[in-house]
Amino acid sequence: MFDIRGFGDQLWAGTLVTIELALASLLLGLVLGLLGATARLSGNRVARTISTAYTTVIRGIPELLTVLIIYFGATTVLMSVASMFGYDEYIEVGPFAAGVVALGLTFGAYASEVFRGAIQAIPKGQQEAGLAIGMTPLKIFWRITMPQLWRLALPGLGNLFLVLLKDTALVSVVGLHDIMLKTRDAVSYTKEPFLFYMAAAFIYLTLTIISMVFIHYMEKRNNRWVGRA
Amino acid sequence: MDFSVVIEYFPRLMQGALTTLELVLISGIIGSVLALPIGLARHSRRLWLRAIPYCYIFFFRGTPLLVQIFLVYYGLAQFEEVKNSSLWPYLREPYWCAIIAFSLNTAAYTAEILRGALAAVPKGEVEAAKTIGMRQVQLYRRIMLPRAFGMIMPAYGNEVILMLKGSALASTITLLDLTGMARTIIARTYTPIEIFLAAGGIYLVISMVIIMLFRQLERRQNRHLQPIAVRG
Repeated sequence: MFDIRGFGDQLWAGTLVTIELALASLLLGLVLGLLGATARLSGNRVARTISTAYTTVIRGIPELLTVLIIYFGATTVLMSVASMFGYDEYIEVGPFAAGVVALGLTFGAYASEVFRGAIQAIPKGQQEAGLAIGMTPLKIFWRITMPQLWRLALPGLGNLFLVLLKDTALVSVVGLHDIMLKTRDAVSYTKEPFLFYMAAAFIYLTLTIISMVFIHYMEKRNNRWVGRA
Repeated sequence: MDFSVVIEYFPRLMQGALTTLELVLISGIIGSVLALPIGLARHSRRLWLRAIPYCYIFFFRGTPLLVQIFLVYYGLAQFEEVKNSSLWPYLREPYWCAIIAFSLNTAAYTAEILRGALAAVPKGEVEAAKTIGMRQVQLYRRIMLPRAFGMIMPAYGNEVILMLKGSALASTITLLDLTGMARTIIARTYTPIEIFLAAGGIYLVISMVIIMLFRQLERRQNRHLQPIAVRG
């Protein structure tokens, strides 16, 4: 592949870490987003309040701060919980795990708004029809809401994934060896910061373009039966 | 948890918040001034005029802000020409590097918002303006831009919030903005949860003020679209 000043392998390794982080955060974020949207639309007042507070707080504070809070806070919280059960050893939360949680939380907060919009866009009569023929609420969600949700939410989720991909760079601040840190290593060795940060920028651009193509393909595939008689 | 540290260091946090606001305000102003020609060029019918801003916008929206900051702060020092130029005293300062990176970044996002709004101006209004003989400049100054400004307000409000959150990255190049100040305090007191949560609270308050401000601005810009109150 590409090889700049002998650092091609290192940058490639960093790229893989970035991709892993993005995909793991996406998975956690999708689950949190679905839970958030369901809680927001439920009849339960407590669930609604928690969901609203979650989305408001996460969307109002910088992603970098979320990463820092999770990275430094998780250790403290986990250790105090563990000491309640009589475990007093030092517990360390690695940058990767902290990054997945922080970015997953962020993605989930925005995704819950996308899912909420999508759920509301599904005609209510379909749910009522499901109820009328005796489906349980869970079955209605699984058989009626879920399959359509995916199609309606995809454009919004695609945009969020592009944002998530760029936010992965923030986890390098707490020491994850992703593209950014590998680039920094290369810079401190070669003293060519512009060259290497430009290379990093183009790696991110390439990842963005690949994601855009993939999202476009998925959208087309999802809508293949829409608009035809 | 011990929240007395928060009270003790609150003045320092506010000092950091002030730097954050300063960064957002200055780069917001520079960014929107830059965005106007870029957005107009992006809306042009000529392909070559549209292509340049397209590449600019694609680069700045497709790469992380952190890379852009590092490119300006660390990257420019690679060139001897830059180091020997009269601008070096500024380009050496993390403060101005952050302002440059944030301005270029927000200009790209704002230009794209502006393009969307210009494309959404109702066709009939443009045709009407042309029919009564307005020239291109008049058309833009009297019809297109005022209409577009009314439409971009909600989206631009979001962009300002994103800029506020992005400004936390200034702490990575040693600036003492709200996040940077929080990290400095934590290095001394080792109370990460308390101080970071306090900083998060301040960010939340600033976001809410910005949201309210833009709601007011939007109402003002679109006041001609409000239904007229009938007085009896």
